[in-house]
Amino acid sequence: MAISLDDARKVARLARIKVDEQELPAIQRELSAILAFMEKLREADVEGVEPMTSVSPIRVAKRADKVETGGCRDEILSNAPDAQEGFFVVPKVVE
Amino acid sequence: MDLASLTVSHARDGLRAKEFTAAELAESCISAAQGARRLNLYCHELFDSAREQARAADRRLGDGPAPSMCGIPVGVKDLFCMEGAPTQAASKILEGFRPPYESTVTANLKSAGAVVLGKLNMDEFAMGSSNEHSVYGPAISPWRANGSGDGFTPGGSSGGSAGAVAADLCLAATGTDTGGSIRQPAAFTGIVGLKPTYGRCSRWGIVAFASSLDQAGPLTKSVRDAAIMLGAMAGHDRKDSTSADIEVPDFEALIDEGIQGKRIGIPREYRIDGMPAEIEAAWAEGADMLRSAGAGIVDVSLPHTEFALPAYYVIAPAEASSNLARYDGVRYGFRAKPGPGDGIVDMYERTRAEGFGPEVKRRVLIGTYVLSQGFYDAYYKRAQRVRSLILGDFKAVFESGVDAILTPATPSSAFRLGEIPDDDPVKMYLNDVFTVTVNLAGLPAISLPVGLDGFGLPLGLQLIGRPMDEGCLLGIASSLEAAAEFEAKPAKWWQESPAE
Repeated sequence: MAISLDDARKVARLARIKVDEQELPAIQRELSAILAFMEKLREADVEGVEPMTSVSPIRVAKRADKVETGGCRDEILSNAPDAQEGFFVVPKVVE
Repeated sequence: MDLASLTVSHARDGLRAKEFTAAELAESCISAAQGARRLNLYCHELFDSAREQARAADRRLGDGPAPSMCGIPVGVKDLFCMEGAPTQAASKILEGFRPPYESTVTANLKSAGAVVLGKLNMDEFAMGSSNEHSVYGPAISPWRANGSGDGFTPGGSSGGSAGAVAADLCLAATGTDTGGSIRQPAAFTGIVGLKPTYGRCSRWGIVAFASSLDQAGPLTKSVRDAAIMLGAMAGHDRKDSTSADIEVPDFEALIDEGIQGKRIGIPREYRIDGMPAEIEAAWAEGADMLRSAGAGIVDVSLPHTEFALPAYYVIAPAEASSNLARYDGVRYGFRAKPGPGDGIVDMYERTRAEGFGPEVKRRVLIGTYVLSQGFYDAYYKRAQRVRSLILGDFKAVFESGVDAILTPATPSSAFRLGEIPDDDPVKMYLNDVFTVTVNLAGLPAISLPVGLDGFGLPLGLQLIGRPMDEGCLLGIASSLEAAAEFEAKPAKWWQESPAE
């Protein structure tokens, strides 16, 4: 299935990846080629087949809902591109 | 003696017999690695801490019985977080990231006494089959075609791991396998690569690509080494809810159970158009070797195999697009310089555009597309139903009394760097045709070398086993290894005088 330039633009926006207008045709072409490859799936007879939602038959273990690791704010912030006074710093969010 | 060329089992025996020290063994690997920098296999050298770990291992070995991995120098794929060590998943977007925590697998290896020499090159976020998509530049295979000076791929995504083991720059290495990323590079470089059952090794602290498919495993010089190293990596971990709470057996002991009376399936659907005659021949010879060793060979059918690759290339990017949403330039790694008047969404978009490489972007975009409103059922849900069918194929074969399935590991031997153009992603994806089924079904599988092709490049075969029965799989693989007598090593054309 081929996608349009508009589709490519929309999906880039959804994925939060900036794509310049001149890059769009190449992306449209590559995504269309990958989607064409996936078309094969339409030939599979999946009537009455449940989707696989778990790889292993194990039951997911439960644990008490309490903090086990914490109190390490400075360690966490040490990797931030911008942090001040114990907070992550980002561009202005509210107009 | 060139200590760096030892296998894990031989090095263990030598360390225990006091023939050499862990410090000498580590130094031998460090000097080999320093002399092989042009292969671009190590992306972060950790030689100082390795020397410290080797001295600690020597003390432990002197104090009495120590685990098999004690004092063994290993390399670690850049996907594993190690406390305080650079961990980038070969991506610009994780530039400068130093995790304040340790992955469970590397913690297990270290507590067994393993010596970590450094982080190894890979495809960015483990997405690729040639190790050409890396912020560090391509990893180069130690193997070359007869009479050619061209650079070949060590495979991917664990290309640095495979290359470093094949070139004797470490005794063994960790890798991860989402669609073949341990087994394909192992096959391309003439070594052993084991993808364990999903849940056997904890995924905690490993940078996530596709969480329902990812699994860590060893790349080694022998089947015995794979058994030893898997034993040290595996185990239940409360921090990974999909990690299996079952006992880790002594895999090395299980190797010797042998192959008598075992049944090996040959799946007819793996005979694909355009497969090189040499791979067909190696496959047939592998079956003959197993038969001569005492196994029964039976034809089996895995009827939904043709749908595996397209299903994989829906599911893996879908999961990746979700997992990689966290890279937004806020909490760690790279943040793009803001343009005039940029708000927070512009910051996210620029950071991700500049921080991700082309293949990662492509997969995030495809994943976003197949999960988007109106397409979810047609792609993702359908692929998950196909995944059930693929698992059902394997279940039926194993229930019929088959112990393992023998297939080629790859549809070709290694190719030249740059041979598959970046704008033809589907051609690259076809590399995974024999390996992705195993990830979709969560099964264990091992790739091992059986010969060289006409170009002098290694060819590998794959054995697929029953879930959580790596012991049986390793036993069969060991018989095939013994019969194949593969001993070829690449000529050390890359060596230069070591310099700090």
